[in-house]
Amino acid sequence: MIEYILCFALFCIGLYCILRKRNIIKIVVGLGIIEYAVNLFFVLIGYRTHGRAPILAKDQVISNMVDPIPQALVLTSIVIGLGVTALIVAIAIRIYEKYGTFDITKIRRLKG
Amino acid sequence: MKILPFFVIISLGSAFLISLFGKKIKNFADIVANLGTLSLLILSLYSVRLVAVHRVLVYKVGSWMPPIGICMVLDGLTSFMLVTINLVSFLVTIYSISYMEKYTDKFRFYTLFMLLVAGMNGIIITGDLFNLFVFLEIASIASYALVAFGTEAEELEASFKYAVMGSVASSFILLGIALLYSYTATLNMADISLVLSSKGSVLFISFVAVLFLAGFGLKAALVPFHAWLPDAHPSAPAPISAMLSGVFIKVLGVYALARIFFNILGVSSKMLFILIILGVISMVVGAFLAIAQSDIKRMFAYSSISQIGYIIFALGIGTPLAIFGALFHLFNHAIFKSLLFLNSGAIEYSVHTRDLKKLGGLNSQLPVTGYTSLLGSMSIAGIPPLGGFFSKLIIIIAAVEARYFGFALVAILISILTLAYYLKFQSFAFFGKPNEGKLKIKEVPGLMQFSMLTLAIICVASGLLISPMVKPFLNSARDVLWLGKGYAETVFGAVK
Repeated sequence: MIEYILCFALFCIGLYCILRKRNIIKIVVGLGIIEYAVNLFFVLIGYRTHGRAPILAKDQVISNMVDPIPQALVLTSIVIGLGVTALIVAIAIRIYEKYGTFDITKIRRLKG
Repeated sequence: MKILPFFVIISLGSAFLISLFGKKIKNFADIVANLGTLSLLILSLYSVRLVAVHRVLVYKVGSWMPPIGICMVLDGLTSFMLVTINLVSFLVTIYSISYMEKYTDKFRFYTLFMLLVAGMNGIIITGDLFNLFVFLEIASIASYALVAFGTEAEELEASFKYAVMGSVASSFILLGIALLYSYTATLNMADISLVLSSKGSVLFISFVAVLFLAGFGLKAALVPFHAWLPDAHPSAPAPISAMLSGVFIKVLGVYALARIFFNILGVSSKMLFILIILGVISMVVGAFLAIAQSDIKRMFAYSSISQIGYIIFALGIGTPLAIFGALFHLFNHAIFKSLLFLNSGAIEYSVHTRDLKKLGGLNSQLPVTGYTSLLGSMSIAGIPPLGGFFSKLIIIIAAVEARYFGFALVAILISILTLAYYLKFQSFAFFGKPNEGKLKIKEVPGLMQFSMLTLAIICVASGLLISPMVKPFLNSARDVLWLGKGYAETVFGAVK
């Protein structure tokens, strides 16, 4: 149970980071933390106590193995997260070139 | 059936080809993108025929049986959404041929555009929950990049805001999918629905529903989650604004929400009431914010929020007539909102401004833009012979039948307000005296006129969708949502 609570705490840290931080790079880091918290939760779901890797071999009987599907899905989700992070960091660098600041409160030309 | 995977293959394949050869061969990107969207449109029209004959078709990817493997499902709702988005995306690609000339790297635009189309087609046809998430992210990432396409300061700012909020929404959706998987040990939508009906606890389903509501509600720009839309949609190039406002928020927001709530989780009266409240709030807030705007595109963006409110409100009423009205309004809004955004692009193309205070008397110089936008505005405001009137009428009748008198009154009042701000747009931009120094404005190129005229004609003709001849098209889509949890049996019935 404790690991789920810690995982939730990680999620909340990421959310706090996005909502409260003013530096846009820190916001991107917060986004990464949220993504990892969700991925960690997904992997934890597939965990079985004393389970082993789900690899079938001819002369072995596996009675207890971890669930392989969440691991496969999390791999996909990590790759997607990488794509998003790369894009957002690229946008953040271009914002720095245009505005000369990383402070989110000073980046406000759009209003209405 | 074999045509299902082609909705993803054609769009992904053309994105790949354009990114490889677009720079080397002249006009290659234009031709491939337009052929791609044209063939998608033809395929989706053919899928309507298929649905009329077979009702439900399931394609097994890699011929794995559905609860284990990924499957693609074609039913009434799917073919309806496919026709809507592929119609709009075909007309938008034609429009982009001329419009995007002023940008460098046109082929990159088409690459991202086709990725966006691939993501949206994928979301609609997939029958697997995690697959839906992957396609959702493909479409979202392409849209973040397209909003920032001009790389001006405002565009980057809007894109950053949109990307951060969109990623948080995606995380909520993934969390919901993880919880559903932990509870049901399956990812197939039909299978999840079956398992949930045998052992679902109300508390768990409500918790997952809230996560999905936060995630998809943000993608659909319902009011507490709407802050990104009025920045992101005006900042993108006009064809992309038309795609984002016209179909993107409906596929990622309304379609996914409706599919998951109605067909997988199963709706309770409490969930429906939450949808009604969110819909009404979006309707009111969007309209009041729209009326104060002087930037044309920003006004349209707020108007999108208001119209999405109508659709969600009608879905929340939950009677067959209301669902019919919601889907009909979804189709109408896809047509007239893309038309209006294309018009705003045409104004920007010829006059180089989109501030209402600097425009005026454009009707004499831009007749095609003027009259098509008049039709679009009249349709969205609900003037009788046009499509928008019928869909709003059906929604209001359904609300009265379900005894939501107060909300029906709000819907009527907001409809009047909609008329007010579209009249403001028409009178400031197209009527009145022409501004000084703006006398040498030329009408936009022929291809852009073609897209706008076609959309305007569909706008006029879409009222015919409720005529008995064409009604099965909407009815089959309505039946899928009205069937609710029966979705699982129909899918598994079609597999065997």
